[in-house]
Amino acid sequence: MKVLEIRDLHISFKTDSGKVKAIRGVNLDLNKGETIAIVGESGSGKSVTTKAIMGILAGNGEIEKGSINYTWEQHESSEHGIIEGGTADIVKLSKEELQKNIRGRKIAMVFQDPMTSLNPTMNIGQQVMEPMLYNYNMDKKSAYEKALELLNLVGITDAKKRMKSYPHQLSGGMRQRIVIAIALSCDPYILICDEPTTALDVTIQAKILELIKDIQKKKNLSVIYITHDLGVVAKVADYVNVMYAGKIVETGKIDEIFYNPRHPYTWGLLSAMPDLDTDDSILYTIPGNPPNLAQEVVGDAFAPRNKFALNIDYRLEPPMFDVEGSNTHKVASWLMHPNAPKVDMPQELRKKIDKMLKEVNL
Amino acid sequence: MSNVILEVKDLKQHFKVNRKFTVKAVDGVSFEIQAGKTFGLVGESGSGKSTIGRSIIRLYNPTGGEVLFNGENISGKLSPSQNTLLRTKMQMIFQDPMACLNPRKKVLDAVAEGLDIHKLYSTSNERNEKVYKILEKVGLSKEHANRYPHQFSGGQRQRVGIARALIMNPDLIIADEAISALDVSIQAQVVNLMKKIQTETNTAFLFIAHDLSMVKYISDYIGVLHLGHIVEMGSTEEIFNNPIHPYTKSLLSAIPSPNPKIEQKRVSLNYDYNSSGIDYNIGNKKLVDGTHFVLATDQEFDNWIQ
Repeated sequence: MKVLEIRDLHISFKTDSGKVKAIRGVNLDLNKGETIAIVGESGSGKSVTTKAIMGILAGNGEIEKGSINYTWEQHESSEHGIIEGGTADIVKLSKEELQKNIRGRKIAMVFQDPMTSLNPTMNIGQQVMEPMLYNYNMDKKSAYEKALELLNLVGITDAKKRMKSYPHQLSGGMRQRIVIAIALSCDPYILICDEPTTALDVTIQAKILELIKDIQKKKNLSVIYITHDLGVVAKVADYVNVMYAGKIVETGKIDEIFYNPRHPYTWGLLSAMPDLDTDDSILYTIPGNPPNLAQEVVGDAFAPRNKFALNIDYRLEPPMFDVEGSNTHKVASWLMHPNAPKVDMPQELRKKIDKMLKEVNL
Repeated sequence: MSNVILEVKDLKQHFKVNRKFTVKAVDGVSFEIQAGKTFGLVGESGSGKSTIGRSIIRLYNPTGGEVLFNGENISGKLSPSQNTLLRTKMQMIFQDPMACLNPRKKVLDAVAEGLDIHKLYSTSNERNEKVYKILEKVGLSKEHANRYPHQFSGGQRQRVGIARALIMNPDLIIADEAISALDVSIQAQVVNLMKKIQTETNTAFLFIAHDLSMVKYISDYIGVLHLGHIVEMGSTEEIFNNPIHPYTKSLLSAIPSPNPKIEQKRVSLNYDYNSSGIDYNIGNKKLVDGTHFVLATDQEFDNWIQ
């Protein structure tokens, strides 16, 4: 079942230097119980997309066109009674309706830095209970019970004692667990994780990702990850969307993106990632800088940085081409056109992927 | 005979919180860095890696131990000449380039700040020329000199940060999480730049990070830090091919792999100091082979080496 469907979303920001078109026609689907990842450089629009889903765009942002359709089924929750099914276009909802029905209750978000998303003056218990008291008018006692249960779920030992602690008394990993517990407190359908582990160490990163995966299975959540770390993507995602300059340039199942990438930008991203076998040669970098979206982009936005760019790339924007033999893998590049010259991925990347395939015997 | 530029002997950095409680952030750390080499310090947050960098460059006053830089002891009271040596020949690059650049200063003035303080030029023309040359070296152009920090992208700002450090022509640069705040593709650019500079100028680097794959790529030697102790130290190959200490093993097992089929099944090793029964205070530095050391008691060492 599709829980989220974004169609042709355009978002722009009014700034001193003119209108910045941050999102230029994004399509996205999310099914129940699945995980999608959105990857891209800073400024590619991945955070803006999810902020639009939550309805928390900055004041100067404007959704120009498109729809964000959200569907939920009727279900019964032990704590919150019967919640009726329905569907809503988040773009058309008023601020009050969003706050009352969607945000927190249906979609919850985990931000990058747990220290800034927690209130330093409230203890953990109050913060975990707050959304339940506010959204569902639960009585304090049952909210307390539920909060204890949540803290246990996110792997916090000695939950009763921790309920009285303040954020500064906890380590970074613990804090992020609390944030996850708060996000889960109103039984959302969709969990959006905006770089949930960037501020954490590798060891704790793995723990948090395993935790989110675990909870997802238990609660049948749909999760959207935003990240620039392909290692994180490899661990958690079912589907990957590669974003560049406000557009999704390649989308597909995780195996399709990692073992059979087709867009030159995806090639660049995968090549730039050092793995433990990289020898001492120079690391690959994608030349140039992302385009300035305050100016009109003509043709393919990636063309100036793409050594495989064709003439047409500078004139016309490529549509989404289907990759043969797959109905999930789509690429926005003129190189996929049947008349385009055949271009293979760079040698080094080919070698890297062949080695990965060998490791898993494919 | 290789030329040792920095020698840290039994460095201790304690912070007194109150009368009863002292945080031992760094508790007896020793290592050395050779000219033109990179020493990587890894460890989780709170292990004391940034504290070591800051104690060496004297942003803190060390509680105990010795730091020898170019043969001079810089851990005690500094004489004016030692102070000048320390402030010119040792430089630091910080994590967040936006926070370490003054938003009201043009890049030209930000980069020239060190020159201004130590009066290392005779005419303002010479000063500007020096800045332009350094900017070119880090991949920026002359035109960038008259801009303000907010007009740059994250990667460019970090280049300005590197330019600030380089203009003093240092022997040692301490890079404290210098690439952690950057995107993957920009991380690669900055790391490439640091490597290029190292081959050109023979500068030594103390590279502090928690991203092991980058540390592996840039470092010649690695020290693994936990709770203020170096638990394992050796050349990059020795640490990655033959990790001995359980903490090092758990760190290595946590590195994400870009291969989804493997990554989805991987479960990282657990390491908990309190329940492991290891006491860092009673362990000694044990030689494994070559330049590879591990902190252990005799019994632990025998168990791990098997």
